[in-house]
Amino acid sequence: MAVILKTEGLNKVYRLGSFTRSREIKALNDINIHVESDKPVIVSVVGESGSGKTTLAKTLLRLVEPSSGRATIYDQVVAGAGATAHGRTFLAAVQPIFQNPFEAFSRYRPVDAYLHETATRVAGLDRSQANDAVAEALAAVGLDAVDVRGKYTNQFSGGELQRVSIARALIPKPNLIIADEPVSMIDASRRMIIINLFRKLKEEAGRSFLYITHDLATAYYISDFVAVMSKGTLVEFGPAKEVMSNPQHSYTRLLLDSIPTTRTRWRPRAAKAA
Amino acid sequence: MIRLNSVVASYRTARGSINAVDGVTIEIPDGCILGVAGESGCGKSTLMKLIYGDVTSPMALASGSIEYGFGDAKGRPITSDNIRDQWFNRISYIPQSSMNSLNPVVKVGKQFVDFPGSDPDKKRVLAEVREYIGKLGLPVETLDAYPHQLSGGMRQRVMIAMATFFQPELILADEPTTALDVVVQKDILLLLMDLQEQMGNTILLVSHDMGVHYQVTTRMLIMYAAKAVEYGDSESVFAAPLHPYTRMLISSLPTIGDDRARDGIPGRPPSLWQELSGCRFADRCPLATARCRAEEPALIEHKPGHWAACHYAGEMTQRAEAA
Repeated sequence: MAVILKTEGLNKVYRLGSFTRSREIKALNDINIHVESDKPVIVSVVGESGSGKTTLAKTLLRLVEPSSGRATIYDQVVAGAGATAHGRTFLAAVQPIFQNPFEAFSRYRPVDAYLHETATRVAGLDRSQANDAVAEALAAVGLDAVDVRGKYTNQFSGGELQRVSIARALIPKPNLIIADEPVSMIDASRRMIIINLFRKLKEEAGRSFLYITHDLATAYYISDFVAVMSKGTLVEFGPAKEVMSNPQHSYTRLLLDSIPTTRTRWRPRAAKAA
Repeated sequence: MIRLNSVVASYRTARGSINAVDGVTIEIPDGCILGVAGESGCGKSTLMKLIYGDVTSPMALASGSIEYGFGDAKGRPITSDNIRDQWFNRISYIPQSSMNSLNPVVKVGKQFVDFPGSDPDKKRVLAEVREYIGKLGLPVETLDAYPHQLSGGMRQRVMIAMATFFQPELILADEPTTALDVVVQKDILLLLMDLQEQMGNTILLVSHDMGVHYQVTTRMLIMYAAKAVEYGDSESVFAAPLHPYTRMLISSLPTIGDDRARDGIPGRPPSLWQELSGCRFADRCPLATARCRAEEPALIEHKPGHWAACHYAGEMTQRAEAA
């Protein structure tokens, strides 16, 4: 069994204010997550704004150095003391997808340039191999390379551009894709297209995902495991269906009760005035 | 009662003019919370701007009219021409992004006494404001803070306080909770519902989250590609949607405890630049026939208080029940 994701006592402290009046914010407070499996998995991280979800993602992506502790992805230590994965080996193992695809790509550059660059620089392919890899990755997300070539960000809808950024992440064939709020910018009616795509990529291409979201309904729908975070600490972790159908922590229950569902109303409807 | 009479809103651009709202005719009864739903670009926000009277170039009210059902101080009826004079007093607007709507370099309290229609006696107004924001769950210190010192939820409460301070007859809320997380969203929506109940006014709530609409609204308007496709009591719209698009919108979202596979709505809305004929949803509709592509369905009252623009209204729900 491979260790897909393991964090050991991960801490991140941000210091704010001046030298004399400094304040510490514990964005990550002793986070211990352990996911071991033979098959690829989707792990969701849910919580409110400021709960530390994004800091966790940034730490795993090495955009932020943890204050202490370490993180392992697919048996490689990627962050903290003793990190062995660097440069290309790291980028080929872990790839990000960001919230807003319009900010992830420059407006002044055709988006396929990013795909080719990922193929040549990160995956280390030569030009003809790169073309094939790009076409293959675009096909995996349901796009045709011909429709993408030479186009700029403003020529795509949000959903299409997010699919392009998923295709880019697929090119180095990473073990784990870290998706930070990948559907919050996308229209509700088309969110499920992206969500179903993650599931398909997990099952068919064998990619694992770390899905960061505040939308518990989609987290329930696709994840194998779920981690609930609040104010920098991990309050609940376990198999997704178990955690969400039988939440143990009061914070998880609060989150679940706050979802606007189309089943039960928060407040029963009063007799109609009209 | 607010009456929209075949309202057409157009944007003038270098490529020509485009109708973002194309012939919407509905009557909104007083004292309801009307939810407006649809995909990005379907015209929901343009409709809000139109009702608010915030009509500035390149947008224009190309044809049709809006009757608000209330008069000004002299008893003259208010129409889309003079609604601007009633801003904050009779009609107010809660925008999506509170950070961009509040002045970042002026304290919240000062912004409160500055807005139009205020009493010249600033001290008295401030005292009233202080009392009022307490009712909305904001600490008094909020008034001495700059907007960036407040959390997103508190800023949105400040916006709601400003929009409701004069108890306007009509409040327009354009995606008021989209930028907030679920826990804060619930608080804000419950606050809006409480205020509506106390004041008995009308709220128009734009959101693309059908869950939010189910929780909050009493009536629903579904828009698709600049047209109104379904309009009716929320109860009826959610229990038995008549238009296939509404049905797909409601059922596309996953729910906890339900493991059935969900699909988004495939395809995308038609470009409004091209010549459109027939039903605009036909290309994405599982029920579409030759008739749908040739003949545009009108918004017809199929059940008392429940309108839909579909040749096969209700058929999808019937089929689902039969299956």
